[in-house]
Amino acid sequence: MSPFFVITGIVTLLGAAFAMSLRNLVHCALAMAVAFSGIAALYLQLDAQFVGFAEILVYVGAIAILIVFAILLTRSGEAPENSVLTSGWMAGIAVSAMLFTMLGWAVLNSSAIPKEIPPAPVATVKNVGDALMTKFVLPLEIIGLVLTAAMIGAVIIALKEDSQKSKSEDGGQQ
Amino acid sequence: MFDKLDQIFVTALHWLVSYVPEMLRPVVSAMICIAFVMSVFPGVFALTTVLERKILGRIQNRYGPNRVGIPFTKIRLCGFGQFIPDGIKSLTKEDIVPRAADKVVHFLAPVVMLIPVLLAYAVLPFGKNMTITDYDAGLLFFFAVGGAVEVSVFMAGWSSRNKYSLLGAMRAIAQMVSYEIPLILSAVTVVMVVGSLNLSEIVKHQNNYTFGIAHWHVFTPWGLVGFVLFFIASLAESNRTPFDLPEAESEIIAGYFTEYSGFKFALFFLGEYLGMFAIIGLGITLFLGGWTSPVSFLTWIPSYVWFLSKLMAIVFVFIWIRGTLPRLRMDQLMNFAWKFMLPLALINIFVAGIWHYMAADWQRWLVCSAIIFGAYAILGRGLMQNQNFGKRIYRYAE
Amino acid sequence: MIPLQACLLISALLFAIGFAGAVARRHAILVLIGIELMLNAANLNLIAFWRFGPHPEALTGFIFVLFSMAMAGAEAAVGLALIIAIYRHKKTSNLDEVKELKG
Repeated sequence: MSPFFVITGIVTLLGAAFAMSLRNLVHCALAMAVAFSGIAALYLQLDAQFVGFAEILVYVGAIAILIVFAILLTRSGEAPENSVLTSGWMAGIAVSAMLFTMLGWAVLNSSAIPKEIPPAPVATVKNVGDALMTKFVLPLEIIGLVLTAAMIGAVIIALKEDSQKSKSEDGGQQ
Repeated sequence: MFDKLDQIFVTALHWLVSYVPEMLRPVVSAMICIAFVMSVFPGVFALTTVLERKILGRIQNRYGPNRVGIPFTKIRLCGFGQFIPDGIKSLTKEDIVPRAADKVVHFLAPVVMLIPVLLAYAVLPFGKNMTITDYDAGLLFFFAVGGAVEVSVFMAGWSSRNKYSLLGAMRAIAQMVSYEIPLILSAVTVVMVVGSLNLSEIVKHQNNYTFGIAHWHVFTPWGLVGFVLFFIASLAESNRTPFDLPEAESEIIAGYFTEYSGFKFALFFLGEYLGMFAIIGLGITLFLGGWTSPVSFLTWIPSYVWFLSKLMAIVFVFIWIRGTLPRLRMDQLMNFAWKFMLPLALINIFVAGIWHYMAADWQRWLVCSAIIFGAYAILGRGLMQNQNFGKRIYRYAE
Repeated sequence: MIPLQACLLISALLFAIGFAGAVARRHAILVLIGIELMLNAANLNLIAFWRFGPHPEALTGFIFVLFSMAMAGAEAAVGLALIIAIYRHKKTSNLDEVKELKG
């Protein structure tokens, strides 16, 4: 385990921890962006280059910006008024701690972990493209459909309902 | 002899690295490449700031800066030493941080802008065998780090606690996200025809000559449309006129970097111009043949000289457009991206597919050009339908 | 500890942090951030097993993660649209106060 791996892992986990615990929402979103870039660096160290670049493009470049826009559109950029925690937060943290202990114990003591490390796989763009077009073409088409539906759905849900009001606003501005 | 001149930087790198023990070689090689990029491109940036002021001045019928040549002497050099006092001024100005600003985020925003922009230079082929990291998915890497610049724009705008900054930042992000789509779609046509995301491979694909003229992608119908779309989208991505509403002085003071002064402003300025060079570099690689020469009897000129000259030519066109065109309003900007450029980019992908599958004849030129021209005419007419322009009237001061 | 176990532990810890945040914070957007962290933890798990498991040349884990990222993007878009719509009605994004079915 190289020092790069350890540092990247620590940065990712710190980013995630800060993302969940800071009071100011915009700081949380920025810490989340740091966590995502840490995960992209981990992907690059696991020889999954295409996935690492796609992670930065999708998560840091799009989802983080989307979350920041939503924070600003719902006026949550200011400091929160009372407690930021729900009523049952202690139970939640206890359950998550138990979850991590169970997963950690399973990982460390499992007999299904392979002992030797296989050589680095050849995940060139050509191979990924071939796989997407031959073996995984059905998921590819379905994901196209899903993304179109999600896009149209998100626009319709977030659209302003009062078209009368918006027309009069535009008339006044022009 | 010209081959040796062409590869002089590569041989110099190998020679320098051979003096280092075996284990440290990748690190030292990377450091030397980084030093190269960090010395050449800020130098081009300094030259461009002076060139921009002089060219804009000439377009506006005045001289640009023409006094400062070598400092502390009387040698004028037509004013090309202007970047030295500019740099000293930026570095020595007082660094004012507003009292209500979010200090950590305000401090980190210029840094977060500069890092992805400098990372983008790692995949550009500056010459033959002169790519720093030749990733298999180099184009995807470039667009990924281009997307990370938007986070820094938001950080700068929000942390200043200033209405103008936040508004400018939101406009800048909306503009960048909108124009990223025609940018990527016009690059997709190149990937479709070449069959690889590797930037060196894309340049090699353009290195053939018929009748003495190179097979640059810009000389094909889909390539010409793709280049024009890429050019306009890169104007928008770098926040240059006519798309500089987020940072225009007469509109929104300075937009998202209103509250920055001194060194941080210099870093933003540097980051913006370096981003402009990087995206022009990518446009040159994808459409204008990268480091290849346009005619076969000029291939003896070294490849990096060709790359740099193409870069400076396109920078000149950027500056020319800045001096000529008025600014687009925000809604005009967004309409242009989503209603004109995006459909045209999608039709361009379709045309590139037809080009790839038709035989290499004069017919495919005719069919592709006809489809593109028809789409352009229909979209243009369709979008101008509901704008009634009356007769142009001139009002003079009486 | 071999690299696979290290990756799996990081992924488990990331999942636990995301889960704790999604359950313990009141703001709707923070719950969404927690969900995104959990999705990323699962993706990291998949890539780790793709790299260190048998038959990495079949690219199954790799493609799974690509589709998972696309789905996460779609889900984030729809989720944030929902949060904006709820804010428009209830003027709050506090999950404790959005507990009535009456519109």
